[in-house]
Amino acid sequence: MARAVSPSRKFWTTLAAWSVALVIFFPVFWMVLTSFKTEASAVATPPQLFSAEWTLANYQDVWARSDYPRFFWNSVVIALGSTLLGLAIAIPAAWSMAFVPGKRTKDLLMWMLSTKMMPAVAVMVPLYLVFQKLGLFDTRIGLVLALMLMNLPIIIWMLYTYFREIPGEILEAARMDGASLWNEIIYVLTPMAVPGIASTLLLNVILAWNEAFWTITLTTTKAAPLSAFIASFSAPQGLFYAKLSAASTMAIAPILILGWFSQKQLVRGLTFGAVK
Amino acid sequence: MGQITLSSVTKSFGEVNVIPPLDLQINDGEFVVFVGPSGCGKSTLLRLIAGLEDISSGQIIIDGTDATHAPPAQRGLAMVFQSYALYPHMTVRKNIAFPLKMAKVPQAEQDRKVENAARILNLGSYLDRRPGQLSGGQRQRVAIGRAIVREPAAFLFDEPLSNLDAALRVTMRQEISELHQSLKTTMIYVTHDQVEAMTMADKIVVLNAGRIEQVGAPLELYTKPRNLFVAGFIGSPKMNFITGPEAQKHGCHTLGIRPEHIEVSAEGPWSGTIGLAEHLGSDTFLKVSSDLGELTVRVPGERGLHHGQTIRMGAPADKLYRFDQNGLAL
Amino acid sequence: MSTQSTRLASRLMVAPSVLLLLVWMIVPLAMTLYFSFRFYRLLSPDRTGWVGINNYTWFFRAPDFWLAMFNTLALVGGVLIITVVLGTLIALLIDQPVKGQGVLRILVIAPFFVMPPVAASIWENLFMHPQNGLFAAASKALGYDPILFLEHYPLLSVIGIVSWEWLPFATLILLTAMQSLSSEQLEAAEMDGAPAFARFRYIVLPHLTRAITVVILIQTIFLLGIFGEIYTTTQGGPGSASTTLPYMIFKQAIVAKDIGRAAAGGIIAVVLANIIAFFLMRGMGRHLDN
Ligand SMILES: Nc1ncnc2c1ncn2[C@@H]1O[C@H](COP(=O)(O)OP(=O)(O)OP(=O)(O)O)[C@@H](O)[C@H]1O
Ligand SMILES: [Mg+2]
Repeated sequence: MARAVSPSRKFWTTLAAWSVALVIFFPVFWMVLTSFKTEASAVATPPQLFSAEWTLANYQDVWARSDYPRFFWNSVVIALGSTLLGLAIAIPAAWSMAFVPGKRTKDLLMWMLSTKMMPAVAVMVPLYLVFQKLGLFDTRIGLVLALMLMNLPIIIWMLYTYFREIPGEILEAARMDGASLWNEIIYVLTPMAVPGIASTLLLNVILAWNEAFWTITLTTTKAAPLSAFIASFSAPQGLFYAKLSAASTMAIAPILILGWFSQKQLVRGLTFGAVK
Repeated sequence: MGQITLSSVTKSFGEVNVIPPLDLQINDGEFVVFVGPSGCGKSTLLRLIAGLEDISSGQIIIDGTDATHAPPAQRGLAMVFQSYALYPHMTVRKNIAFPLKMAKVPQAEQDRKVENAARILNLGSYLDRRPGQLSGGQRQRVAIGRAIVREPAAFLFDEPLSNLDAALRVTMRQEISELHQSLKTTMIYVTHDQVEAMTMADKIVVLNAGRIEQVGAPLELYTKPRNLFVAGFIGSPKMNFITGPEAQKHGCHTLGIRPEHIEVSAEGPWSGTIGLAEHLGSDTFLKVSSDLGELTVRVPGERGLHHGQTIRMGAPADKLYRFDQNGLAL
Repeated sequence: MSTQSTRLASRLMVAPSVLLLLVWMIVPLAMTLYFSFRFYRLLSPDRTGWVGINNYTWFFRAPDFWLAMFNTLALVGGVLIITVVLGTLIALLIDQPVKGQGVLRILVIAPFFVMPPVAASIWENLFMHPQNGLFAAASKALGYDPILFLEHYPLLSVIGIVSWEWLPFATLILLTAMQSLSSEQLEAAEMDGAPAFARFRYIVLPHLTRAITVVILIQTIFLLGIFGEIYTTTQGGPGSASTTLPYMIFKQAIVAKDIGRAAAGGIIAVVLANIIAFFLMRGMGRHLDN
C-alpha cells in the first residue's frame, strides 16, 4: 500500500508508530540497561536512566558463577537439532499433504495440531518416567526428540502452506523428466521452497530455544539449556536485579540477535496460509 | 518410434466418469491434435497418456509394449505444460539439461545436447538466465528444449500457446510445425483453438464429454463432419443449423450451411434483414434474420452491406450438410 | 496428480510423522489415564491400588477447581482479545508509509524472542515490583501508592505479561496479511467515496479473517498450556487467584506429590483442550478451506 500521503500525515503516523514500537520494546531495553548498572543503581529510586554507574561486573559474576558456555551449547544443539530433525521428517509429510491431498488431509493436519493442545503439565509425570526408563532423561538427544515432536505439527503446517503455493505442474514436469521421488524433492521442491523452509527453520529454532517447560523438567545439569540456566537465577531479592538482568540478557541475546538479523526470512514464510 | 494405442481406456474421478471407454490409434510421426470444448477431458486424456494419472480401466500401448502401469519417466514421452512448468531456481541451461541429468547422461554429452537444442530453438544467448528473466515465448521455447533433449518417443503439448499473445502464438505455432517436420517425432497437441488444430494437425481428434466424436484429417472434418457436434465445432464462424420445412425439403431433419457457403445475390431463394454487420475488410460477417431463422453469413471483401438492409441469399446444393434426427450426417 | 504409485508414496511419506505423533500422544495419555485411577503418592510409596474415580471427584470438589477453569479460559480469551485487537491496530499503523519501517519491525518483534521465564522475571522484578519496579516509581512520582500488581491483580498481570510476549506474533501475521491486500481494492473503495473506517470495516477486516483465524488457532495451542509465566510470577496466588488448570495440576504433582490426582487433572485438561480444539478446528476448517 505505497500510496501518496501528505507530509503532515506521514509525520503523525511515524510518531505514533515509533511511540508504540518503543513501548513494546522498552522492557527489553530496560533489562539490558539494568544489566550494566551496579546493583545499587539498579534499584535506586527514582530509577536511573543516565545517571547510573555503569559496570560489566554483573556479566563477569554470572560468567564466573555458572558454566554459561555449556548451557549455551546445549541450547544450540537442542534448538538446531530438534528443528533439523523435524524438517527431515516433515518435508516428506508436507509434500504428501500438499501435492497428493486426499479427503482426509485437512483432518489429519488438524489432528496433528491438536496433539499440541495437550497441556505439557498434564503428561509431565508419565513423560518423566518414560524418559527415565529409556535413559533419555537429562540427555541432549532426549530433549532433541521431545522438542522435535512438540514442534513437528507446526513445522508440517508451515511447510504445507508453503508447498501449496508451488504449482504441482512443476513437480509433474520433473516426474516426466525422469526424476525419482527422491530427486523430485531434492532437486526441485526443496530449492523452490527455500524461503519457506528458512522461515520454518527460524521460527522453530526460536520456539525450541525459548521452550522452558520440558527443557527444565527433563534435565538436571548435563543437558540443561539456557532456559534452565535462567531458572537457576530466578526469585532474586532486591539486590540481585543487575545480575538477574545480565543473566537474562545472556540467555536471550543469541536468539534475539539471530532473530533480528534473519527477520526478513522469518517473516516471509510466517503466514501459516493466512495470506492468499 | 512413437506409436501409441489406447484401447478401452476409461477414467473416473471418484463417481465422476470423465472418459468413457475410448479407443484411439496414434501412428509414428503423426501430429495429432485433441480439440473439444472446455472440460471435455482433453487434458485428462493427455495426462493419462503421460502417466501422470492412472487409467481406471483399459490399456495403453506405447511402441508395442504395455505401458498401462509404467510410471511417467519410463514411457519415453516428454510433456510441455501450459504454464511452462520451468524450474524457477535453475538457469535455462540447467532446465534443459535436467532430464539428461536424471538419466545420468555424461556431462559432455549433456552439454552437446543442450547446445544443440538451444541452437534449434534460438536460445543460445539466454542459456545462463533464469526463467524469471525470460519472456513468455522464450519460456515456451525452453520448455520445448527440455522436451527435445530427451529424444522422446512422442511429445505431449497441453495448450502450450494459450498464455501467449496473438502475434507470438502465430510464430510459435509455425515453429512447432517446423520442429515437427524436422524431427518427425509423434506429437500430441491439446488445444481449443481451431486455427491451431486446422493448421498444425495431420489428424484431429474431436472430443466431447470424454467421447471421441470424430477422428480425421483437418479438411476431412471440415468437409465430412460425422455429426452435428463436429459440424458445429469445426469451422468459424459456426455452421448454421436449420430445422423445419426447408430441412424437410432437402430430406433431412437438420440442414447445415456454413456461413462462407451462403451467397448474397438477388436471385437467392431466401430473403432476410441484416441485423448486424461486422466489417473486417477482408470479409464481412452478417447476422441475418431470414425465413430460415437467424443466419450467420460470411461475405468475402467489402460489399457495403449494412444494418437494416434486406437481402436475398442462396447456397450451392453441393455445399449443404444434411443430418438425421439423431444428429448423424446423412 | 495422482497415480497409485504417487498415492502409495504419499502414504509412506506421511507415515513417520503420523506414527511419531501418535506415539507421542498416546503413550503419555494412556499412562496418565492409568495413574488417574490409581492411588499414587510419592510421599507414601508403600500404598498403591485402584481408587476408582476418587481422584476425579477430588478434583471436581476442590474449592479452587472451577476458579482454575475460569482462570484458564480467562487467560486464553484475554490474551487472544488483547493480541488480536492491538495486533491489528499496530499492523495498521506500521503498514502506513512511516519512516524507518525496518527498524520499527525489529523493535516490535523483540518480545517474541524473549523466553517466557525471562519475560516473566523482567516484568515481575523490573516493572511490577512494589518497591523497586518502574511502575512503583512512576506511581510514587505522581504521588500515589504503588499498585500491588501481583497481589491485587494477579490474573490480569499474567494476562498482561503473556499478551506482551504474543503481541509480536499476532502483529507480524496480521501485517503480512495486510500487505498482501491489493492497493487497487482500497483505491477503488476510496473512489467510491468510502471513508477510512468503512474501508477498514468492509475491505481490510474481511481480508484479515484468515489471518485472525490463524493467530487464534496457533496462540490457543500455546496459551492452553501456559505455565512458566505463572510459576515465575504469582505461583498461582495469592490464594488461588491466578491458578489455572495446568498450574493446579502442577501443584498436585510437585507440591502435594500426588501423582494420581495430578493425572486426573491432566485428563480433565486434555478433555478441555479437546473440546476447545473441536470448536476451534471446526471454525478454522471453514476459513482455511478457501
Ligand atoms: N482431479 C480431478 N478430480 C475430479 N474431477 C476432475 C479432476 N481433473 C479433471 N476433472 C474433471 O474432468 C473433466 C475434464 O477435465 P480436463 O481438465 O481434462 O478438461 P479439458 O478438456 O482439459 O478442459 P480445458 O480446455 O478447460 O483445459 C472436467 O469436468 C473436470 O472437472
Ligand atoms: Mg485442459
